[in-house]
Amino acid sequence: MKFSALIFANLLRKKIRLILTIGSFAVAMFLFAFLAVVKDAFNRGADVAGADRLVVIDRVSIINLIPLKYRDQILQIPGVKSITHNNWFGGVYQDEKNFFPQFVIDPENQRQVFPELVVPDDQWNAFLKDRQGAIAGAKTAERFHWKIGDRIPIKTTLYGGGSWEFNLDGIYHGQRPEMDETQFWFQWDYFEERIPEQVKGQIGWYVLRVNNPEDSVRVAKAIDDKFANSPSETKTETESAFAAGWVKQFGNIQFLILTIGSVVFFTLLLVTGNTMAISVRERTAELAVLRAIGFSGRAVLFFVLAESLTIAVIGGLLGLGLALAAIPALANALNGMLPQLVLEPSILVLGLLAAVGVGLASGFLPGMGAMRVRVVNALRRV
Amino acid sequence: MIRVDGSVSSQSLIRVRGLNKTYSRGGEKIQVLQGLNLDVDKGDFVAFMGPSGSGKTTLLNLLGGLDVPSAGSITVDGDEITHMSASKLTEWRARHVGFIFQMYNLIPVLTAFQNVELPLLLTKLSKSERRKHVETALGVVGLSDRMGHYPRQLSGGQEQRVTIARAIVSDPTFLLCDEPTGDLDRKSADEVMALVDELVGKYGKTVLMVTHDPVVAARSHTTLHLEKGVLVEASKLEQGIVAGGVS
Repeated sequence: MKFSALIFANLLRKKIRLILTIGSFAVAMFLFAFLAVVKDAFNRGADVAGADRLVVIDRVSIINLIPLKYRDQILQIPGVKSITHNNWFGGVYQDEKNFFPQFVIDPENQRQVFPELVVPDDQWNAFLKDRQGAIAGAKTAERFHWKIGDRIPIKTTLYGGGSWEFNLDGIYHGQRPEMDETQFWFQWDYFEERIPEQVKGQIGWYVLRVNNPEDSVRVAKAIDDKFANSPSETKTETESAFAAGWVKQFGNIQFLILTIGSVVFFTLLLVTGNTMAISVRERTAELAVLRAIGFSGRAVLFFVLAESLTIAVIGGLLGLGLALAAIPALANALNGMLPQLVLEPSILVLGLLAAVGVGLASGFLPGMGAMRVRVVNALRRV
Repeated sequence: MIRVDGSVSSQSLIRVRGLNKTYSRGGEKIQVLQGLNLDVDKGDFVAFMGPSGSGKTTLLNLLGGLDVPSAGSITVDGDEITHMSASKLTEWRARHVGFIFQMYNLIPVLTAFQNVELPLLLTKLSKSERRKHVETALGVVGLSDRMGHYPRQLSGGQEQRVTIARAIVSDPTFLLCDEPTGDLDRKSADEVMALVDELVGKYGKTVLMVTHDPVVAARSHTTLHLEKGVLVEASKLEQGIVAGGVS
């Protein structure tokens, strides 16, 4: 492009200012990508939830246990295809910072209800035969360098406390990269055997599959009606509603992230707009000369916009590149404290579009000013 | 031939009739030019002199299409520019006017070559054609060996010669020089004026120049004085005769 020499020469006029402006773009884009990844991570539970899965918890709170005997009654409700149950174990492996979720599972039905979390058959069969057997998600196994056959001690303060020993019999993988591969499962029978008498026969929640997702509302109502006015009333909802409700317990994450993101972008707009305004004001006379020798106002506006856009795109690419490199490392450093952090291509595209938008917006007003400058007045100022 | 009496001439390259320019400043109207007439033929070299605030630069801006008059007309090579839209005027300037400013007004981040090339970026010339034109223009001003230099690496006289090269590179109809030697020492001023002389004498360029320097003005074919918004020929000024202007 024949104007590129002029545009790049102007861009490089104040190198430190250019580097700082590009740097602020890069930092803002990195923040944008990180916030978007965190927001996605919190919403992912709802996104990956099975459309045909329902979750049954205690009506008052998920921390209250519900009777195991409900299982057979739920299975009798028309439309229910299969059911499994889980308990939260809340144990610690070696150190409290080594957090990962441990669930007591019902081995008979786990794979029917969660077919997307895949365990090789031979490993699963070994697990079924081993009362102290456990299955770990691939990410957790990788994080602690576990291999099949390892003995894994986990301490808990719940269920009578103490150290529990498990044999790692298998490793599961999610069918899609965004699926949670951090869980640790072990057998209901082993759990039931060791817990205090007063909590025996109590589970944390049920997860069931229905034959037809369109029946979900009817089945949920039928379950809750069945246990209404009982000592353990239930609350049944779709898995996605359950996941969304879970996220809400952390506060309005989406609002928080949108607010921070908006402040970041608005600040960026002010910083870049100010830089462009200073840059244009410094060379008003030069722009007037260009107008005098025949460059149109639109051409001058184009030059200013091209400069701000170039800064935005370079800064945006740097920031997103940084995010690409850093987010996997950050995800590891967070040690499973946040849901799976995945930088989707759509976030990169959105980030680049946002950079272009801010670049154009920040150059627009200074560009319009340059376009409308009275050549005669500007030349007189020299 | 230069005339300021408004007599009809079919050969005039530049024809100005009844030119008025009034500014408003703080509610007060200041009339800078009053019914000014001027005819300049192709190849003429005219100098405008006058005290500060007499309207010399205003006249140059009007002739160059950088400003619009309050009344009157300016016709250049058959085109009346006073009724052109801003965008048409911009295109017209690119084709017909070469500007030479007192402060050179080169783009400091571009080399001499790139500065001279600027007006050609508005044409459809190919890169190689542009290069040829720029080399020729820089050759005319004697700076073929300074093409890759930035303005800060050139002397004032050299910078002004680059400005002249930029003004002539697109072969405009006429050149407007606003105090072209005002920021130069005598030696550099003489070199620049020798170049302007050459453009007029050798290349047949039409030049209109504002200057405060009688030595520089003496090089022109005709010197016109601006007094209270009207043009007066130098020779007639000496005789106390106002020759043109008030309509």
